[in-house]
Amino acid sequence: MKQRSLFDVISPIMTGPSSSHTAGAVRLGILARNIYKEIPEKVTFKLYNSYATTGKGHGTDKGLLAGLLGLTVDSCDIKNIFELPISKKIKYTFEFEQNIDRHPNSVDFILEGKINMTISGNSIGAGNVEIIKIDDFSTKISGEYNTIILFYKDKPGMISRVTTLIQADNINIASLECDRNAKGQTASMCICVDGDIPESLIKSIENIEDVYFVRNVKKLED
Amino acid sequence: MENNINTFEKLLKECTTSGKKVYEIMQEKEASDFEITVEEVRNKVYKNITAMKSAILRGLSSKEKSYSGLCGDDCFKLKEKYNKKPALFGKLYEKITMYSLATMEENLRMNTIVACPTAGSCGIVPSVIIALSEEKKITQEEEINALITAGAIGYIISAKVAMAGAVAGCQAECGVASAMSAGAIVEILGGTSKQIINASTLALKNILGLTCDPVAGLVEIPCVKRNVFLAVHAITAAELALADIESKIPSDEVVDAMVQTGQLMSPLLKETSKGGLSATKSGILYNRKLMD
Repeated sequence: MKQRSLFDVISPIMTGPSSSHTAGAVRLGILARNIYKEIPEKVTFKLYNSYATTGKGHGTDKGLLAGLLGLTVDSCDIKNIFELPISKKIKYTFEFEQNIDRHPNSVDFILEGKINMTISGNSIGAGNVEIIKIDDFSTKISGEYNTIILFYKDKPGMISRVTTLIQADNINIASLECDRNAKGQTASMCICVDGDIPESLIKSIENIEDVYFVRNVKKLED
Repeated sequence: MENNINTFEKLLKECTTSGKKVYEIMQEKEASDFEITVEEVRNKVYKNITAMKSAILRGLSSKEKSYSGLCGDDCFKLKEKYNKKPALFGKLYEKITMYSLATMEENLRMNTIVACPTAGSCGIVPSVIIALSEEKKITQEEEINALITAGAIGYIISAKVAMAGAVAGCQAECGVASAMSAGAIVEILGGTSKQIINASTLALKNILGLTCDPVAGLVEIPCVKRNVFLAVHAITAAELALADIESKIPSDEVVDAMVQTGQLMSPLLKETSKGGLSATKSGILYNRKLMD
């Protein structure tokens, strides 16, 4: 469980007007950036439900793009992001959809470039967010912890091989969650840790046989 | 020190046994929970105060409207009014009402504010602390003490309910901000820990049932003006508490009542913009215009 803080009630210093629709949108953009790692050539933002209907008035569209481009929740550039040179570097479009199966404040980042990836996230209240899906895999990335995310072939011993490497670096695991499409098919692992994740650890996990994809998703700073 | 201070009863007991004030208990707890120094906690708090002050300053000199065009020039109007005709209740009242408006209008302009506890209630705590600080000429350290006191109140309430209109209506946003402010005022005016907690309780008790029904889903109607009213509400609670007028229902039970009221509140009145003001003839009309 999250350690509660005094600064849950007096923070963040943020661009208004809404913690869920503005600050939350920026944070989702930052997490998508931390997962994708590259600058995409093109991104389609698909906004759902309340994000779709009241997003414009709350600057949700601006926040999502600003976060993806690396701006933080307190940046005064969010307001004018569409006019700034950094937003000219990539192509972006917005789509709006109503879908009762999705969270009220929900978004898909459809990223195209060296690799194509779809990242889905929700803004769950008071600026807190979670990435719930990368392509077809369920995830649970809240940005509270540095997180290792990997996709691999579902077979015995994979969790143990990965956690042995983590233990070798003397890193404490805060939580671990797995998901799979079907037995023997592709599976996903989501590992939240205390402290920093060295790049060398990510490399060694990548080298495990039948690991398809590994990312070190940095926690949110504010 | 009791390390799980999650009720007002525990907080007051800790104050009484240690002889420390609410802000001292809270800053030590925060430092210990996050393995940082008390000085680091206070520096972080001061960073928030600085951001609050700049939001007020910017807000006082702007009349830029929001994206919707519905709000943004009320602080300017109020300032003009006070210039021509000062407030009946004096300079402090003028500042509290203007500063809460100034902050909320900066929020809707997509400028920088401090969520306290939320963005939709960001005008309340800064307006009372900064206005009082200027009028009572308190030090930077005392400003920090006041904001930590406010934070402690919000911290205790948020142990039982999430600070979100979608969860417990505006009770959990402007209501909590008002309770936090009432505690901060009593701290600045030199009240006891018991009076601080009682002030917050009185403020919270008298907003029970407050719904969240924003027109067109925007943080504008009624949020902007509500911040002004609930900033002033905090003064009343503080004055009563300083006279030792106590809430007959204990603090933690009032929080329980607020949580239950939030649960009983129809979802139509919890940030869905489907009931209350947002469902009035005019509310629907504003919404339709914005959707076009």
